[in-house]
Amino acid sequence: MIQAAAFYNDWMRKALNLPPQASTIAEQVDQLHFFVITVSTVAAVAIGLAGLFFFAKYRYRGKQMVGQNFQPGLWFEVVCVTGPLLFFLVWFFIGFKQYVEISTVPDDAMEVYVMGKKWMWKFAYPDGPNAVGVLRVPVGRPVKLLMTSRDVIHSFFIPAFRLKKDVVPGRYSELWFTATTPGSYEVFCAEYCGTGHSMMRAEVVAMKPDEFDAWLAAQRDASIARQQDSYQSSQEPPRTEANMVLQGQRLAGEKGCLKCHSVDGEPHIGPTWLGMYHRREQLSTGETIRIDEAYITESMMDPTAKLVAGYGPVMPTFMGKLTAPESAAIVEYIKSLRDPQLQAQPSEGPAYEPGRRP
Amino acid sequence: MQTDAIDAGHAPKEPHLRFQFSDSARQFHAAKFGMWLFLGQEVMFFSALFCAYAYYRNQFPDAFFRASQHLNTTFGLLETIDLLTSSLTVALAIHFIRQGKRGLTSVMLIITIACAFIFLVMHGHEYATEFHEGLLPGRFFHPEAHLEGPALPMESAMFFTCYFFLTVLHSIHVLIGIGVLSVVLAFNMRGKYSQAYYTHVEVGGLYWHLVDLIWIFLFPLLYLVT
Amino acid sequence: MSLAVVPEGSPLQAAHEEPDYIRAKSGVLSWVLTLDHKRIALLYLGTVTVTFFLGGIFALALRTELLVPEHGIMDAMTYNRMFTLHGVTMVFFFMIPAIPGVFGNFFIPLMIGAHDVAFPRLNLTSYYLYLFAVCLGLWGMIHGGTDTGWTFYTPYSTTTTTAVLPILAAAFVNGFSSILTGVNFIVTIHTLRAEGMHWMRLPLFVWGMYGTSVIQVLATPVIGITLALAGVEHFLGTGIFDPARGGDPILFQHLFWFYSHPAVYIMVLPAFSVASELIGAFTRKPLVGYKMIALSTFGIAFVGFLAWGHHLFTSGQSVVDAGVFGFLSMLIGIFTSIKVFNWVGSMYKAAIHMTTPFLYALGFLFLTVFGGMTGVALATISLDVHWQDTYFVVAHFHFIMAGAVVLMFLGGLHYWFPKMFGKTYPEGWGMIAATLVILGFIGTFTPQFFLGNEGMPRRYYSYPAHFQWLHVTSTIFAYILFMGLLLTLIYLVVALINGPRASNNPWGAPQYEWDTPSPPPEHNFSATPVINRDPYEYVGQEIIENAN
Repeated sequence: MIQAAAFYNDWMRKALNLPPQASTIAEQVDQLHFFVITVSTVAAVAIGLAGLFFFAKYRYRGKQMVGQNFQPGLWFEVVCVTGPLLFFLVWFFIGFKQYVEISTVPDDAMEVYVMGKKWMWKFAYPDGPNAVGVLRVPVGRPVKLLMTSRDVIHSFFIPAFRLKKDVVPGRYSELWFTATTPGSYEVFCAEYCGTGHSMMRAEVVAMKPDEFDAWLAAQRDASIARQQDSYQSSQEPPRTEANMVLQGQRLAGEKGCLKCHSVDGEPHIGPTWLGMYHRREQLSTGETIRIDEAYITESMMDPTAKLVAGYGPVMPTFMGKLTAPESAAIVEYIKSLRDPQLQAQPSEGPAYEPGRRP
Repeated sequence: MQTDAIDAGHAPKEPHLRFQFSDSARQFHAAKFGMWLFLGQEVMFFSALFCAYAYYRNQFPDAFFRASQHLNTTFGLLETIDLLTSSLTVALAIHFIRQGKRGLTSVMLIITIACAFIFLVMHGHEYATEFHEGLLPGRFFHPEAHLEGPALPMESAMFFTCYFFLTVLHSIHVLIGIGVLSVVLAFNMRGKYSQAYYTHVEVGGLYWHLVDLIWIFLFPLLYLVT
Repeated sequence: MSLAVVPEGSPLQAAHEEPDYIRAKSGVLSWVLTLDHKRIALLYLGTVTVTFFLGGIFALALRTELLVPEHGIMDAMTYNRMFTLHGVTMVFFFMIPAIPGVFGNFFIPLMIGAHDVAFPRLNLTSYYLYLFAVCLGLWGMIHGGTDTGWTFYTPYSTTTTTAVLPILAAAFVNGFSSILTGVNFIVTIHTLRAEGMHWMRLPLFVWGMYGTSVIQVLATPVIGITLALAGVEHFLGTGIFDPARGGDPILFQHLFWFYSHPAVYIMVLPAFSVASELIGAFTRKPLVGYKMIALSTFGIAFVGFLAWGHHLFTSGQSVVDAGVFGFLSMLIGIFTSIKVFNWVGSMYKAAIHMTTPFLYALGFLFLTVFGGMTGVALATISLDVHWQDTYFVVAHFHFIMAGAVVLMFLGGLHYWFPKMFGKTYPEGWGMIAATLVILGFIGTFTPQFFLGNEGMPRRYYSYPAHFQWLHVTSTIFAYILFMGLLLTLIYLVVALINGPRASNNPWGAPQYEWDTPSPPPEHNFSATPVINRDPYEYVGQEIIENAN
């Protein structure tokens, strides 16, 4: 039975010219696809054949001029409506259920930042490394992509995973998957973005989990940290930091964040960043929230929107002053300050003046 | 189809009756119906802007509130009264022409047009003030330092973007209304309308009522933000 | 072609002395400033023919470039401009105005027993607004056009350096033409029906045009303002869609699709209404389910306004929104199913007369059903995640846009050709061309479903080599399609100039417009008609001679 099902799955997939099913959701989506397309094709062919059949049978010959005024009863209309409606509703429910699964990110997913810009894809793991055009992921573990755009709307499309999500400037969109088979899978940009739109491609390289861990560890070794994976030779100059946490630390100093926010737990003009990520805070409105990437980013762009209780509305907005990758780097830096015992990066010495008590 | 053999010709019974209509009443009804449909699409035209405004006001409630403080509510109120008056006068114009009183109709139309001009002048003054204070849409938003109250956040620019789109579009419709009513006035003074035929006055008045109605929505949404 | 006996007491006798509308007045000004709805229809016909072939040439250029994975006959930017202009030209300058502008204008008054539309001067204004829009578009094209896609998504459209403003302006002006035509038709249908023309006696073509007009009036203003907002933002940097100024680029998508989804019903409902007429005429029996076909039009129109979010399944809307839009989108398919089953049911126990228009109707049935079913498939949210912005979507909408709208435009043109021009087209050539066109459409777009499945994104100038063989197949059939269309143009023009004279009712059809002479006189009827039969009722309509 299982063999027959597997054979059916494989045969239909090839007949419909679908790519291999390389993510956990791909096979389910394909099953629904086969159901829908089979019924649709049968219906269309049946209607077409009915037309031809009726034409052949009821073709007027000789002098017979007028057809019979055949008007079926209401039952005919009821069947016309309920038949298709049943199919459509079943398809909707299954599709919606799958869509909810596609949209619900598991808690333990490994995060990767994705930056779309004309006309390339850049990837950054929170603790390093960075890459252009190649996204390496482990098989069998959920991966969450946090995506944003530097300029216009792009769309991250992995046909083999049956997944796609638009990448929008000014906000983060999320896409998650669990790869099932090692291999290299095409990534296309699926939202028109200019001259190089059709060249804005990348690949997802799914690796066996131990191979992936080994690769990642090797990347984080300081001496290899400056090398980059490249899909094609990139025109971009090498980045100055190998990871976002260091970049965020630098920016926090440069942009003046550390004038009001301490990183060591000391109270200051604004809330301390130590342990801020996933901290529960009460807002001036009385509402309690759990601080996450979205809240931190929003606070940088619209500081008075959700103000922590007890603090004054004095933080200026950084909208237009921080680019999307810069605000992402600061978020990553704040996230790294999760546990005072464990530093994400070896300290390279102060890059800022410590905040003074008022 | 069988023909109505008795009805041989189509000599119009009244000068204004067009050949495709069987009688005057039907033609008048068609004109009004057509204008109501047109007004329906005007409502849809503005509703997209209202949607955008509602969305951004929901995103930036504080910025919108503070931006709205810088609008001249007194002027806004006077403009509202002015337009309501003009709606009254245009309704009176229709009332009088239904009684055949062409002279009074002209007077009412003139007052309506005058009110419309007053509206445009007042609103123009508001724009001039906003221009001087740097309260302009998008990349032109540079609020002047001398403005009273705390400094406006950058998101207030979005308020002014919506404000300018809505009010400029409305003012364009006021201008069109002035054009329409002026033509109606000119025709009336030439004796085109009478108790039996005053379609243009009626549909022109309908258009003007819509222009007024849109302002009735704009005023509280833009000027009376709490 | 068959001849029909003229019913007793018809206005035809009285009208024989009156010249037809083509010969009634002569001179260029009498055409350019005409208020006759039939002449205005011909003005539209001339212009839509030009825009259709222009859009078609863009398409052929695109398909030729896609024969090879990398650079073929043009560079990337030129290709990008071409697909945009293909979309803009076809959607705004052909699909939306064609059937309403040509057949709606010509036949609504004839079908309801009126002498003209309610507002003839407004009608001419609508035409000139359309023509002005086309000229604006052409002017934009001469200046290189734009490459944003006909969907003008922000922030690309607001930051591009290409000539996007004239194209936006052209679409804006075209919108007003559409709105005014809609107003005119609604008022005409309400106020100018002849005596005896109850609502339930209206031909289904009129019902379809009525539904279309309602959508035109209510939806088009929204695209007008949306394109105006994008244009002003492009020109002035107002930031309403710019995230750096607090704007939301996805707001544009919501506003754009709020119109553009109902817009597809503006394009397709007229096609459905023509199909009803053709099937009614050539099955030679009353249509099955007249009331259901008529009322389902409003079902489509109403639910069509509620489904726009299915274009945004991967754009970043909430899961709840996606669910609501997905569910509502499914309901539209029900109303279309009603029509399809009734059309097919009408062929049962019929006396089918195979002609070029009916062949187009058969092709229409297959293409519409398959196109419509793939629409339901696309509305299935999890499937759309894979298919969005791929060739699957392109294939789906071309099956409907080409399969329904173009086929019914051609079907209607052949069906009504004798009535409009008083001439006969060559039936043999008609069948050949129809076959080429139908097979050409099927062959061009079926491979594209498979391309989409494989992951080929749309609007792609270059592509990985493994997609090539499907592209080549598609292009070969595109050329076959083009031959069929060219052939049609040629023999129709020849027939127009030189064709044999047509009788008043060559098809022996029972619908009201066939009671008038071919072509009709300037004011349609010499006296105001009184309607005393249903539109698909065969009373005294007997074929006495089959010239086929």
